[in-house]
Amino acid sequence: MISDLYLSSYEERILKGEYGYAKQKAMEILVALGDLYGAEKLIPISSAQIAGVSYTSIGDEGLEWLESLMDGQVEVLSTLNPAGMDLDRWRDMGIPIDYASKQIRIIEAYSRLGALPVCTCTPYLSGNLPTYGCHIAWAESSAVVFANSVLKAKTNREGGPSALAAAIVGRTPLYGLHLDENRISNVSIRIEIDLTDTWEYSVLGFWIGRTLKMDDVPFIEGLKTYDTDRFKAIGASMASISSMSIFNADVLGDSRPESCEKLSFDRSILMDTIETLPDTSMDKGCVDIVCLGCPHLSLWELKVIANLLRGRRVRKDVNLWLFTSRAVYSVAEKCGIVSEIESVGGKVYRDACPALAPLSSIGYKVMVTDSLKMWFYGRHLAGLETIFSPTIDCIYVASR
Amino acid sequence: MRIKCRRLVGGYAEGYSLVSPEPISFFGGVDPSTGLVIDRLNPIRGESISGRILVFPGGKGSTVGSYILYRLAKHGLAPKAMICLEADPVVAVGAVLAGIPLLDKPEYYIFKTGMYLRVYGDEGLVEIVS
Repeated sequence: MISDLYLSSYEERILKGEYGYAKQKAMEILVALGDLYGAEKLIPISSAQIAGVSYTSIGDEGLEWLESLMDGQVEVLSTLNPAGMDLDRWRDMGIPIDYASKQIRIIEAYSRLGALPVCTCTPYLSGNLPTYGCHIAWAESSAVVFANSVLKAKTNREGGPSALAAAIVGRTPLYGLHLDENRISNVSIRIEIDLTDTWEYSVLGFWIGRTLKMDDVPFIEGLKTYDTDRFKAIGASMASISSMSIFNADVLGDSRPESCEKLSFDRSILMDTIETLPDTSMDKGCVDIVCLGCPHLSLWELKVIANLLRGRRVRKDVNLWLFTSRAVYSVAEKCGIVSEIESVGGKVYRDACPALAPLSSIGYKVMVTDSLKMWFYGRHLAGLETIFSPTIDCIYVASR
Repeated sequence: MRIKCRRLVGGYAEGYSLVSPEPISFFGGVDPSTGLVIDRLNPIRGESISGRILVFPGGKGSTVGSYILYRLAKHGLAPKAMICLEADPVVAVGAVLAGIPLLDKPEYYIFKTGMYLRVYGDEGLVEIVS
C-alpha cells in the first residue's frame, strides 16, 4: 500500500482535477501532508487563517503561485495574516511604491480566491472566532496558540500554502493537535508571582518557549490575573521562539495532569529572562521608532495607550507606531481613540506587521517594543536593533 | 537495483543524481534565478540542482522555500525529482507546487552524486540504473 490516507470519492475526484486546477493543487498539498504525517483521513474545517501575505515573506515566487490559482474559491471563512504595510496609508509609513504595488497584487489575489482581506494576527478579535472543539486550519503562530489554548478550537500550526489549501478544499488532514491525545499537558508551570502588566505575560511565554522541549504541552497554574490580552501575549512570545502550539491552564477549565514534570515561574526567573536578552539595556536615546501591537492591539489596549498619552506629545525625533486590525480600528475610530492618539503625534496603522515592513530599508535603525515576539522578529527579520521594554516605558521613550 | 520509498508526490523522472550531505533551505540556500546552491555551509555550494535528481536528508528553514521550488519549476530550473531521507512540510508542499516527484524514507540510502536514476513517483520506487 502506497498511502494510508483514506480519501472519499468526492476527494478523489478533486484530486483528479474534476473541480478545477486550484482545488486539485490544494488537494495535492493536503494529501502530501497527510502522507507525511500519517493521517488516516481528511476532516472538515470551519475556518482558516492564511499566512504568506506580506510581500516581504512570499516575494515574487509566492505572488506568481497565488495568481496561478485563478479558478479557486475558499470553502470556509478565511482571513489573512498581516501585510507589510497599511493597505491605505502605506505612503504615510514611507513604503516604496514598488513594494506597495506588489503587496496590493497579493491582497487582490487572495481576495479573488474569496479570502477576506482582513489582514491581522488577531483574527479572533476581527470576525474569525472559532468555538470550542471546532477543527480549523490556522497559520500565524500566535493565533494558533490562542485558538488551541483559550478558544479550545483545534488546529495544527499551518504554513501559508497548507492553510490556503485547507481553505480551498474546506478540509485538513487529521493529525497532530486535531487529535485529543496530543493536547494533553506533560509539564506543569506554577506561577509564583503576581503578574499584572501585559509585557510580563510576554516574558512568561518567552521563558516557556525557551525552557520546554518543542513537543511539550505546558499546563499553567496559579495565574491570578488573566484576560484575552494577557493570554494573547503569552501565546505570541511562546510561539515565536519555539514550535509549541498549545498550552492548558487551570483558569481555562483544564484539568491538571496527574503525573508530570513540575516547574515554577517566579520573580527571579522573570528578571533573569529579561536580563539575558541582548540589547535591552541599550541607551534609549538612540531610538527612532517605537512599535506596539504585536500581536495586533485590542480595543482595550488601544484605549490604555491613549490614556497613557494624555497630556504628552510624541517626540519629533521618534515615531510611535501602533498596529491593529481593520476591525478593531473601525471601532476605536468610532470611540474617538484613534483621533486621541493621532492628535498627539502617534500613528495607528492597520493590516500591517512592523517585522514584515521594509523598515530597515526605509532607514530605521533602533526600535523599542513591549512584545518579545516583536523583539525577536525585529532583530531577525527586520534587521533592526530592538529593545524590549514595559509598555509604559515605550510610551515614555516616544513622548514627553 | 530498485529501492522502495514512501511516495509523497507522484510522477516519473529519470536523470543524474546530485547528493547534498546537508539539509537544504531552499529559501536563502538556492538561487531561484539560476538553480545554483548558494548556501555557504553546504559542500555542494555552486552546483546546479536544475534537471538533476536531487537527493538530500530533508528540508530546513523558512516556509517560503516551497515558493522557491515553484519559481524554479516555472523557469525550467527545478530538479527533475527529489529523494529525501525524511521530507519536511516545506519540501513536500514545494514539490506539490512545483509538480516535482518526491519520495522519502528509502529502504537503503546509498545514493551518490552522478548515479543515473529512474524515479517512479506513483509506485514509490527508485531504480539505480548506473
